[in-house]
Amino acid sequence: MVSTDARARGRASRPRGIRPTRGYRIFQAVNAVVLTGVVVVTVYPFLTIVARSLSDNAYIVAGEVNLVPRGFNLTAYRVVTSDPTFWVSYRNTVVYTVVATLISVVLTTCYAYVLSKRHLRGRTALVGIAVFTMFFTGGLIPNYVLVTSLGLKNTVWAIALPNAVNVFNLLVMKAFFESLPVELEEAAAVDGLDTYGTLLRIVLPLSKAMVATMVLFYAVSFWNSWFAAFLYMDRQDLLPVTVYLRNLLAGATDATQTGGGLGSADDIVQSAATIQSVTIVLTVLPILAVYPFIQRYFVSGIMLGAVKG
Amino acid sequence: MLSETVRPSSDARPGTSPRAKPTRTPGRRPWRRALRRDWQLYSLAVLPLLFFLTFRYLPMLGNVIAFRRFRPGGSLFGEYWTGLRYFRLFFTDPTFWSVFTNTLVLGALTLLFCFPLPIVLALLLNEVRSRALKRFVQSVSYLPHFLSIVIVAAMVMQLLSVDGAVNQFLGAVGAEPVAFLQQAGWFRTIYVSSEVWQTVGWGTILYLAALTTIDGDLYEAARIDGANRWRQTWHVTLPGIRPTMMTLLILNIGTFMAVGFEKILLLYNPLTYPTADVISTYLYRVGIVSGNLSYAAAIGLFEAVIGLTLVLSANAISRRTVGTSLW
Repeated sequence: MVSTDARARGRASRPRGIRPTRGYRIFQAVNAVVLTGVVVVTVYPFLTIVARSLSDNAYIVAGEVNLVPRGFNLTAYRVVTSDPTFWVSYRNTVVYTVVATLISVVLTTCYAYVLSKRHLRGRTALVGIAVFTMFFTGGLIPNYVLVTSLGLKNTVWAIALPNAVNVFNLLVMKAFFESLPVELEEAAAVDGLDTYGTLLRIVLPLSKAMVATMVLFYAVSFWNSWFAAFLYMDRQDLLPVTVYLRNLLAGATDATQTGGGLGSADDIVQSAATIQSVTIVLTVLPILAVYPFIQRYFVSGIMLGAVKG
Repeated sequence: MLSETVRPSSDARPGTSPRAKPTRTPGRRPWRRALRRDWQLYSLAVLPLLFFLTFRYLPMLGNVIAFRRFRPGGSLFGEYWTGLRYFRLFFTDPTFWSVFTNTLVLGALTLLFCFPLPIVLALLLNEVRSRALKRFVQSVSYLPHFLSIVIVAAMVMQLLSVDGAVNQFLGAVGAEPVAFLQQAGWFRTIYVSSEVWQTVGWGTILYLAALTTIDGDLYEAARIDGANRWRQTWHVTLPGIRPTMMTLLILNIGTFMAVGFEKILLLYNPLTYPTADVISTYLYRVGIVSGNLSYAAAIGLFEAVIGLTLVLSANAISRRTVGTSLW
C-alpha cells in the first residue's frame, strides 16, 4: 500500500527549487481547467436529476429544467414513497445484499486463508482452479440452465450462490493473509490452537480492516446488481430496487415506442420523468451517504490486489 | 499436530515438503501426510471448491448443449448429439455477423477510449501541486464507479431525453432536439461516453499508485541531462508505469468481447439494434427470451473461446516484447 510519506517524497523530488518555466505555468492553468471540467462533468448528471425530481412536470416537458428546479414541489417524492412496491423492493435489496454478502465473505475468507498457506500441498492447483475462471466462464446460457434446473428460481440463492466468490477479491484477501507475520500463527500453534482456532482467534481479529473491505466490496456489488434478479425472479414482490427502477425505465421506453416516437405518448413519458428522477435519487442516496466513508477501503483494497496481481 | 503446524520457513515452495528431511517414498506418501497434517485446512476449502465446481466448472461442461439437442426441463447436458449443427446455423445467420461486427466495433472503441484516458487523467492529477485539490478531484471522479449500472443507464436516459440537459444545450445554440436513444447513429457515442464517465476516475488508482513508486533520482538525472517537463514525462514517468499499463491493457483485451452486456441491455431498443446489438445481447434474446438454448450456447461458447484466445495471445505478446505478463 502507498503510504502518505512515500507520496510526499515522490512529489518533493519533482523540481521545486528551479523556477517554473512559462510553459509549465500555462500547463498548470490548463490542467486546473481540465480537472475542473472532469469534476463538473462527473457531478452534473446528479445535479440535473435532483433538479428534475423537485420540479413540476410542465417545466420538464418544456425542457426548462436544467440545474435549478422549476415549479418546486415534492409531489413526485410523495407518489414514489407511498408506493408499497417501492418499499418492498428496497427491503428485498437489503435482504439479498445481507444474505449474499455473508455467504461471499465467509467463502472468500476460508478459501483465501487456505490459499495463503504456502506449505500446503496442492496449493498451486487450488489457486489455478480459481484464477482460470477469471478468463474463461461457462457463459450465460449454461448458467441459466444450471440455476433453473437446481430450482433456485425465485429464491435469494439464485442471486447469492452463482456469484458467491469473486476471484479478484479472493486474491486481494490471499495477499493480505500472506502478509501477516508467520510467527503469530506459530505461537498460536505452540499454545495449542488448531487451524480453526488460529483462524478464528488470531488471524481474523488481526484482519478486521481486510474483512471490512471485503464486506464493502461484496455489499456494494450485490446492492448494485440487477441482472441476476431480473433473470431469475418472476414475481413483482421479489424484485430488488434496481430491477424496480429498470422496469420503470423500460415502461417509459416502451411507451415512447408504441406511441410512435415523440408524438402522442409524450404525456406518459413525461409524467414518468419526475417519477424516474425521484426513484433514481432515492436509489442512489444510500450509496452517496456511505461513499465518503467507504471510498478509502476500496482504494486500499484495489492497491493490495494490484500489488499481487 | 503441534509440531506439525510449526513451519520452519514461510517461503517453502508450493508442492514441496516444508521439512528439510526428505520423505523416503515420493508419490502417494506425501499426499497422505499432507492430508493428515493439514486436513483442517483442506476442510476449509471444501465449500469454496464446491462453489467453483458447481457454478463455474459445471456450466463450462454445460456448454456441451451447444453440440446437443436441449429440451427444457430435460437433462442439463441435453438429449442427443447434433454435432456442429448450431455452429453452422449461426455462421450462416446474417444477424450473427451483424452483432459480431457491432461487438468488435464497440470493443475497439471502448479499448481506444477507456484504456488511455485514465492514464492521461492520472498524469494530470500527478502534476497537481495542491494536495487538497488533488484529493477532491480523485474523490469526485471515483464516485460513478460505485453506482449501479441501472442508475447510470437511468441518468443517461434523463440527460439525453428530448427535454433533457443535452438537448437544452443544443437548443441554446439553435439546433433541433435529437432523440438520441432512438437513433442507431448515436448509440456508439452514448455507450462509449457513459463508459468513460463511469470508469475513467476509478481507472487512475493503479496508475497513481505506480507513479508514486518512481524513483525521484531518475527525474533529477533527467533534469541534469537537460530534459524539460515534457521529456521527463516521456522518458521517466511513462516507462515507470509501463508494467501497470501492460497489465491493464491485457486485462482490457481480455474483456474485449464481453462488452458491457448489462448496459447495452438497458440502453438499447429495436430502433438502435443496427449498432447496439452485440453477441451477448443477441444470445440473451435468442436463448432466454426465445428459448433456443442450444443455439445461444453455441454462440456463447464461440465468444468465450475468442475471449480466452485474446487474453492468452495478448499475454504472450506482452511477455515476449516488454516482459510483463499476468502469470
